Amino acid sequence: MTVLAVSTLLVLVGCATDEPTTGASDSPSAGTGPGTGKQSKFFVRADYDKQLALLDAAPTGPAGKPWEQALNPAMVETAKFAKPGPYKICFSNAGLNNPWRQVGFKTMQAEVDTHRGRISEFVHVDAEGKDQKQIADINDLLGKGCHALIVSPNTTATLTPAVEAACRKGLPVIVFDRGVDTSCPVTFINPIGGYGFGHVAAEFVTQKMKRGGKVLALRILPGVDVLETRWSAAKVAFDKAGVDVVGVEFTDGDPAKTKKIVNDYIQRYGTIDGVWMDAGAVAGAAVEAFEDAGKPVPPINGEDQLDFLKLWKDKKLTAIAPTYPTYQWRTPIIAALKILDGEQVPNPWKLPQPTITQDNLDEYVDSAMPPLHYAMCGCTDLPGYPRRWK
Amino acid sequence: MRIARPLRLLEFRPGSLAPIIAILAVLLVLLTARQPDFLSPPSLMSFLGRSAPIILLAAGQYFVIVSGELDLSVGSLVTAQVVIAARLIDGDPSAGWPVVVLLLAFGIAVGLVNGLVTTRLRVPSFITTLGMFLILVGAVYLWSNGAPKGSLSEEFRRLGRSGFEDVPALGRIPYALVILLAAAVLALVLTRSDFGRTLVAVGGNPRTAELSGVRVWRAKTMAFVLSGVAATLAAILIGGYSGVSFQAGAGLEFGAITAAVLGGVALGGGRGSVVGAMLGALTLETLFTLMNFYGLSGALKPTVQGAIILFAVAAASFRFPSR
Repeated sequence: MTVLAVSTLLVLVGCATDEPTTGASDSPSAGTGPGTGKQSKFFVRADYDKQLALLDAAPTGPAGKPWEQALNPAMVETAKFAKPGPYKICFSNAGLNNPWRQVGFKTMQAEVDTHRGRISEFVHVDAEGKDQKQIADINDLLGKGCHALIVSPNTTATLTPAVEAACRKGLPVIVFDRGVDTSCPVTFINPIGGYGFGHVAAEFVTQKMKRGGKVLALRILPGVDVLETRWSAAKVAFDKAGVDVVGVEFTDGDPAKTKKIVNDYIQRYGTIDGVWMDAGAVAGAAVEAFEDAGKPVPPINGEDQLDFLKLWKDKKLTAIAPTYPTYQWRTPIIAALKILDGEQVPNPWKLPQPTITQDNLDEYVDSAMPPLHYAMCGCTDLPGYPRRWK
Repeated sequence: MRIARPLRLLEFRPGSLAPIIAILAVLLVLLTARQPDFLSPPSLMSFLGRSAPIILLAAGQYFVIVSGELDLSVGSLVTAQVVIAARLIDGDPSAGWPVVVLLLAFGIAVGLVNGLVTTRLRVPSFITTLGMFLILVGAVYLWSNGAPKGSLSEEFRRLGRSGFEDVPALGRIPYALVILLAAAVLALVLTRSDFGRTLVAVGGNPRTAELSGVRVWRAKTMAFVLSGVAATLAAILIGGYSGVSFQAGAGLEFGAITAAVLGGVALGGGRGSVVGAMLGALTLETLFTLMNFYGLSGALKPTVQGAIILFAVAAASFRFPSR
């Protein structure tokens, strides 16, 4: 009965499941550009300033191993967690539901393999992108005799109490990728962050584009902190440079939708002089839209996914790829072992966030790897490379 | 129950194409007023090429709707086909045609299951195809882990992306448009055949059709198979147009149903024409393009589709009070 009611509703409203939330869309108005709209509620000036400063900071740690480096580290004591090995390390994962997380998780498993003598058991629980499941997962893991708990939270606020409960059990908790609203974990590991990504991309597009040109901003969906901060930083850069942002559109990360949106804007404005995006998964579709319309591809950013890097090289695009490196999946394992040895670790553990430019593009393009692989995996020295990532 | 008759002027002969052509004409005038070069050959060709998949889906949906059923599974079938194609082709240029044949077989199989479950197990098509929708979405998710593997070769993508170049006066004619025209001719021939007329009779009054010796189940099952084939063609064009995606077909079922209803095909069956359904799809795409040119958010699309369905069904019940 419920199914009937729900589905009737669906049909009557004619509602596609993946349309973006109407309210948050900065829809362009006719004729004049809409500008960049209001600043997001996720924008925190202090964090923005801190991240931009980190872009120029010199990392400490072993050269050539950015997953072991840290930016401006403040060390914390971990002596109370020291115990003899081998260890059982548990990992509550938000999900494996996109290529970025899949590449990351394979990298993490390979990192575990390099410590086989010291890690007797590695327990992975996949929350499949559901908060409720992850809360239950963490709760379950607390009774399983883990020596350390790694958490990659699905969402920030909802997972905070579960992480706090884990801290109270007295076992060392390591959070990475997305954060939680508590300082109880021993360390929080992630690269510089969304502001850095958005800023680098927006500066590049602004500088490479003709002055006063039209920029189209493509976003995946509203309300996700990492993506919101990327857009906030871009907004600051565009506003400062007085760029004419003719549209801010949500693509849902869907190539067909992206291509149609870009095509519509090309038709409406005749030409678009720059494309900024908050994530690179559909950069290829945006590039194709220009090609199919017979227009030159304007300055554009993607990220370190190989399909985009290859397209960039083959078509000689004016492009840049800020990254949110998947090598960060190695660090929690390294951190867990250090903590269980009682060694100091940085908290927060800020990893470098390199940018792929025209100058170093060739180092990262690898036609032997699949198109959805992320080049910044830091995984080429790990056991099972490249087979494991294919 | 009889309802007071509205103005005679608003009445059209059942199945008439006049209303949809009138709406399309108005939209085209508004569109060219805003963007004069919209009707220039290159822009028009690109628009028609891009609209081909949804027009195909509307044609497929016509057969199902006119027979008195609904097919909610076409969007998920498109997604499944694109993901399957990417996995099987995996960038191999020579795999194109064999995979196309395989996709057609899969589309026919899905249509067959939809049809047989609906007619033989007597599950309402609404539920059957909703179930199929969920099964396909779940299966694709399970199979791909939410991130499609493999890639479509350039050769496979040509059908949806390229066309005949340097045609005098027109510039490029997209292959998608040629495929669409061929399918349209076939669909028209089908509706004029005995099968087409039987289908309308089945949708109009299944009991009478049954009593006059029509195998209702066979006609309806055939309609679902045609819808599956249409979805397969659409998937080949969509995959070609934009590449692999986990949500290539998301929401397309609603677009196709809206298009058919807009084109004068009566929900519940028995009235309408395949040309009307296809014009409905073209009108819907024109409307969305118009919304874009006037700067209205694309997020309004579902709302507009919903309003069209409600309005069209209400209008139809006014025009044809219960007999």
